[in-house]
Formats: sequence, C-alpha cells, structure tokens
Amino acid sequence: MASVEVSRSLHRSRWDQEGQAPRQDKFSVLLPTYNERENLPLIVWLLVKSFTESGINYEIIVIDDGSPDGTREVAEQLEKIYGSDKILLRPREKKLGLGTAYIHGMKHATGNYIIIMDADLSHHPKFIPEFIRKQKEGNFDIVSGTRYRGNGGVYGWDLKRKIISRGANFITQILLRPGASDLTGSFRLYRKEVLQKLIEKCVSKGYVFQMEMIVRARQLNYTIGEVPISFVDRVYGESKLGGNEIVSFLKGLLTLFATT
Amino acid sequence: MTKLAQWLWGLALLGSTWAALTMGPTLGLELPLTCREVLWPLPAYLLVTVGCFALGTVGYRVATFHDCEDAALELQNQIQEARADLTRRGLRF
Repeated sequence: MASVEVSRSLHRSRWDQEGQAPRQDKFSVLLPTYNERENLPLIVWLLVKSFTESGINYEIIVIDDGSPDGTREVAEQLEKIYGSDKILLRPREKKLGLGTAYIHGMKHATGNYIIIMDADLSHHPKFIPEFIRKQKEGNFDIVSGTRYRGNGGVYGWDLKRKIISRGANFITQILLRPGASDLTGSFRLYRKEVLQKLIEKCVSKGYVFQMEMIVRARQLNYTIGEVPISFVDRVYGESKLGGNEIVSFLKGLLTLFATT
Repeated sequence: MTKLAQWLWGLALLGSTWAALTMGPTLGLELPLTCREVLWPLPAYLLVTVGCFALGTVGYRVATFHDCEDAALELQNQIQEARADLTRRGLRF
C-alpha cells in the first residue's frame, strides 16, 4: 500500500513542474556544419548555456561535411569538454546537402523533438526555450522562428537585401498562402516523427527546401506555431545573393505553386 | 487542387463573367452604356490597383523591418564571454 502511494506522489510531482518541459522530453539540436571552425565553439557554448539555464534535457548533434578548416577537430575538443552524451559527432566525408544531413543526424538523435538551426550564429539559442514554451502552449507539431512578425527582425542587412527579402516573401505568401510568415527561415522546432515524415516528402534544395517543408506540413495538416526571432547576419558580405540564387528561388517557388 | 489550379479556376470564373457581361447581350441592366463603360476596362484597373497595393505593402514592410541592434550587441558580448570561458576549459581555438 505504502509503495503505491509513494509512486503516485512521484508521478504527481513530475507533472507539477509548470511551465517547464516534463522530464521525459528531450531536445536534439541538429547542427550541419561546413567550415565553421570559428563559430562552432561559440554556438555550442550558447546552446549549452540556454539549455542548462532552463533545465532542459538536450543533445547537440554536429554533422560536419568534411570541412577542410579543422571544424572536426574543434568539435572533438568540444565533445571532450561537454561530454559525448551532450555533443554527438556524426560527420560525413564531403558536402552532401542539408536534407541528407538532417536524415543522417536524426538517425542518431535520441530526443523526441528536433531543433534545426544555422551554426553561424545568425540564430541565437536563447529563443529555443521560447520555441519549447510555444510548442507546449499550442501542442504544435512545428514551431518556426519568424523574422517578419512581432518583434522579430534582422541585423546587418542593407536596403537591397531587405527589399529582396520582403518582396520574395510577399510573392510567396500570395502564391502559396502557406499560413506561416517566414518560409525561408531555418530556425525551427519539429516533433521528431513530423520532421522524418516531411523530409521523406521534400524534393527541393536550398531556400526552397525550407519552404517546401512548411508547404508539405500544411498539406499533411500539421499545426505550425511561430515565435519572433532576431537574425544577426554577420556573413552577408561574403554570402552570395546574386542572380543565380534569385533565379533558383523563383524556379523553386513556381514548382511548388504548380505542384502543391 | 494545386495552387496553380485554384488560380486558373478563379481567373477563368472572373474572366468569363466579365466577358459575358461586356460582350454578350445585356440582361436587366438599367444603364447598360454606363455600366459597360466601367466594366470594359475593369481588369486593367484591377491590375493597376493590385500592383499599387503590392508595392505599397512591400514598401511598408521594408520600412518597418525591425533592426535588431541590441541583439547584435548582446551577441558580441556573449562571444567574448564564451571565448574566455572555453579557453578556461581548455579549448584551443
């Protein structure tokens, strides 16, 4: 009799933790990297800080695509510092693309939620507890960070970049009516089985891949919540947003328009 | 139905209504000439209006695009903190 009461009160105390993820949830962060030797330690440090400050159970899976700049060595040092239960190294031989990086990462993920984000510090881990809170609030299948709503925003973009971004988003909203304000963003929280299902169905690459995920999610009637995020672009000067990228974006958009 | 199909349906519906009203025999219109004069260039007017609306919306959104200065500053500070802490823990950058 006594043991039944003890176990019942233990069960109750687990669910009494209001506002915090119940102990049985685990969040796996997938970090595909290519030449991020400088940024990887910093992003890992910020992730560890956010998760430990919020008491969240986590793991970080680093998927390096054979970076020539020594990213893998830095990742190994981080694994020693934080433990191989928290930092999982699952590298690949060469640059193989984002979709396959997610598939590869998920094979090794032991969490029931997956967080995808950029490793170049444009996405700040401080938003992850907010994603989690939002997910619990609406029991969402996906929570997407948005730069275009609430007090979301960007830093380091000139006028031209802003115009292209808003213009592209406007056309996308008109054509696809996706029910999410930021489709090309890649800072998202997914239920693991939802991400697995979506990756199976997606065929595009690059920006369009992220858009297709949301469009497919709507088709499959998954629910999507949004959290405003700040996007700090430190590499814009080096990254190319030239004619090629714009053309391939439009091609991808029109393909989605015609096929979904 | 794909989004493209929805658009084509919508345009076909509106287009055929417009064509029927402007070119077919008028049925029950009290002021056929005035109505026709308005109806005839309506698609062009709508296109221009939609174009202006689109430009206005995008322009407004660009103008109100939030610049996260504090986020950038906070990140800078945290980078310093991170480098110091990691060096203490034995990371060789």
